[in-house]
Amino acid sequence: MTTYNSPSYDETFVAADEPRPACRSFVDRLQAIPRDELRARQHAAEVSLRNLGITFNVYGHEDGTEKVWPFDLVPRILEQSEWTRVEAGLRQRIQALNLFVDDVYNERRILADGTLPEEMILGAPTYRKQMEGFRPARSVWCHISGVDLIRHADGTIYVLEDNLRCPSGVSYVLENREVMKRTFPQVFDGTSVAPVEEYPERLLETLLDCAPPYATHPTAVVMTPGIYNSAYFEHTFLAQQMGVELVQGSDLFVDNGFVYMHTTHGPERVDVIYRRIDDDFLDPESFREDSALGVAGLIDAYRRGNVTLANAPGTGIADDKAIYSYVPQIIRYYLKEDPILENVPTFICADDKQREHVIANVQDLVVKPTNESGGYGILIGPHATQEEREACVARIRENPRNYIAQPMLNLSTVPTLAGDQLAPRHVDLRPFVLCGKEIYVMPGGLTRVALKEGSMIVNSSQGGGSKDTWVLRTSNGRASSDNHAAH
Amino acid sequence: MLSRVADSLYWMSRYVERAENVARFIDVNYNLTLGEGDGLSGQWAPLVDTTGDHEDFKKLYGEASRDNVVQFLAFDERNPNSILSCVSRARESARSVRETITSDMWEALNKFYLMVRSAARSPNRLAGAYAFCDAVRVASHTLIGITYTTMSHGEAWHFLRMGRLIERADKTSRIVDVQYYLLLPSPDDVGSSLDVVRWSALLRSTSALSMYRRVHGQITPNRVADFLILDRDFPRAMRFCVLRAQNSLDEITGARSGTFRRRSEQLFGRMRAVLDYTAIEDVIARGMHEYIDEFQTRLNEIGAAIQADFFTQGDLEPLAQSQRQS
Repeated sequence: MTTYNSPSYDETFVAADEPRPACRSFVDRLQAIPRDELRARQHAAEVSLRNLGITFNVYGHEDGTEKVWPFDLVPRILEQSEWTRVEAGLRQRIQALNLFVDDVYNERRILADGTLPEEMILGAPTYRKQMEGFRPARSVWCHISGVDLIRHADGTIYVLEDNLRCPSGVSYVLENREVMKRTFPQVFDGTSVAPVEEYPERLLETLLDCAPPYATHPTAVVMTPGIYNSAYFEHTFLAQQMGVELVQGSDLFVDNGFVYMHTTHGPERVDVIYRRIDDDFLDPESFREDSALGVAGLIDAYRRGNVTLANAPGTGIADDKAIYSYVPQIIRYYLKEDPILENVPTFICADDKQREHVIANVQDLVVKPTNESGGYGILIGPHATQEEREACVARIRENPRNYIAQPMLNLSTVPTLAGDQLAPRHVDLRPFVLCGKEIYVMPGGLTRVALKEGSMIVNSSQGGGSKDTWVLRTSNGRASSDNHAAH
Repeated sequence: MLSRVADSLYWMSRYVERAENVARFIDVNYNLTLGEGDGLSGQWAPLVDTTGDHEDFKKLYGEASRDNVVQFLAFDERNPNSILSCVSRARESARSVRETITSDMWEALNKFYLMVRSAARSPNRLAGAYAFCDAVRVASHTLIGITYTTMSHGEAWHFLRMGRLIERADKTSRIVDVQYYLLLPSPDDVGSSLDVVRWSALLRSTSALSMYRRVHGQITPNRVADFLILDRDFPRAMRFCVLRAQNSLDEITGARSGTFRRRSEQLFGRMRAVLDYTAIEDVIARGMHEYIDEFQTRLNEIGAAIQADFFTQGDLEPLAQSQRQS
């Protein structure tokens, strides 16, 4: 290998040719594989993904909207003890956010005692008035969450954002592992990697746990906006893995406060809907009238407690990027604990003083819209042109509530196949958390990688790829060095 | 199962079957015309009649030649019944029900699609058409085999099978109709000197030659027609297809054989009963073309009844919805 030098914290190497202790045996095995063999495997993996039709859709491309998501063969490795801490932090965070949403739509204690500014919540575009005074089954709002984590150059893991509406990507975690095992079995030798394969079972359990209490044998379905949605592959994948129907709005109807689907043998009642469609499109009677995707009367049936929606409508209030900066307070407020995971310092443009700071330092900051995902609408100050910065400042002044800013973080890197070489490429991590009767955190999660040298944009819509993510199980932290000794 | 899903499954297998049959048509015509000099260039026009797309063809290409017929039937996206169009639509249908079919089936169909698409883009596509047709047939058979062995033989499977068999019955009837007409242009020609090569090509186009030999031995026009229309056991024979498709419908509805509650069950039962008690002499007496014409009309009625009984019942709902909104 030519010299491997990470411009940031590297997940695999401490320094060039010096792997981190947990990665040592893996690096040995990797280095034993000739480069052309590695490239051949990478090619085999790509063919396999193409044949499996594991694709995502890119909006705004009329021709060939289906793209195979680039997959890189070199896994990202997380050491067990560190993961244990991350997992505890995720549980804590989701538990607190769930209590927060429940409180906001009901008692509003956190607003009444002034811990959070009221206008921040009630004025948010993600706030759903329709949910006021409503409490879902088991008081669970955020059944499925994806929390974006990054590691900065200083080695600290930060929470970048919470995704509590329709987080996607979990199917890629499962497929990446599958493809990895198919095309690269030898790198698993002698390693104990925490399994991810139980996710569909856990997801089904979570959905059924939260069914309306009357349903003794509840029927769950996955609801998709249809084949043109960017995450359609995932919708079919999850429905198939759980063995439930994948429905579209036109397959459902509401009769007398209950939800049914049209089947070849007449109507069949539906009790739990894992909906992968935004709040606004769920029900033309309650939200957007022009929604052709939704089901008339669905929200009425929901408020009567006759059907469970996962996630509950209204959870967007807790993943709003402006609310994000209050999550540490939210955790302390509801759980009386200190947050385990760090938040990225965040400037809220709605606040006069913070806004002036952002405007004065826009060249050093990353400015994000509070209510967008997929990396759309983000300004990376240090990389932007003067014109772009000025346009951004104008947008902030026009609608300050819509923007936050954060310092530029230097994402950690993982060795990635670039041509013949392994080169450092920046990554993030999205673990998935399920919340039903209990909380389940999938080990690892989705590692997204920016395939372009130096790029920090990992989004699939903007040239990102993904990697398998290994949480290495070690017995008392010894196994990895033992393995090494055996080589 | 969901009406929409049943609909997509039914059409998915119909499209795959259609693609396979078009490949068979092209294949056998190659066989017939090779080595026949220029005299048989007219032989390519009837092929377009077989698929029922002669008007579209005329508009797009005008005069029929080997190359433009093959291009039209195999690779032209503007022809909704070309192999490329059929396989693309089958894949689109499969995508919309990907949770219902097995991943092995999806992978096979996806590979099928990628193969057809890359062939359609190849500059040598016309020269390689013979091999291409073979590959299409193999891909279709592979998919059928994978479906048989990986998917539960429940409702979804029966919708797939029913769609496939209805499509196959239709296509066999068309090829018998057209080829019979070509081989025996006028009633006076019945019993005239027999072109064994051509009749065996017809059998080969339906993969029927060796099975035919076992049952009937020598090739005579009436026996060939008998075999392709009325054989009970040959999987591409029209009667076989109707029998098994009706069986799938019974499995779907749970109806006892010989009873019916839905229109589709009634129509299928009737068609099957008529086929059960028809002899090839009856068909000849009636007139081959007339007989097949009626068969196709009946089959279309069944298709429409299936549509109404199982797939479109849900369409009433959006109507009611829009009425409530206005």
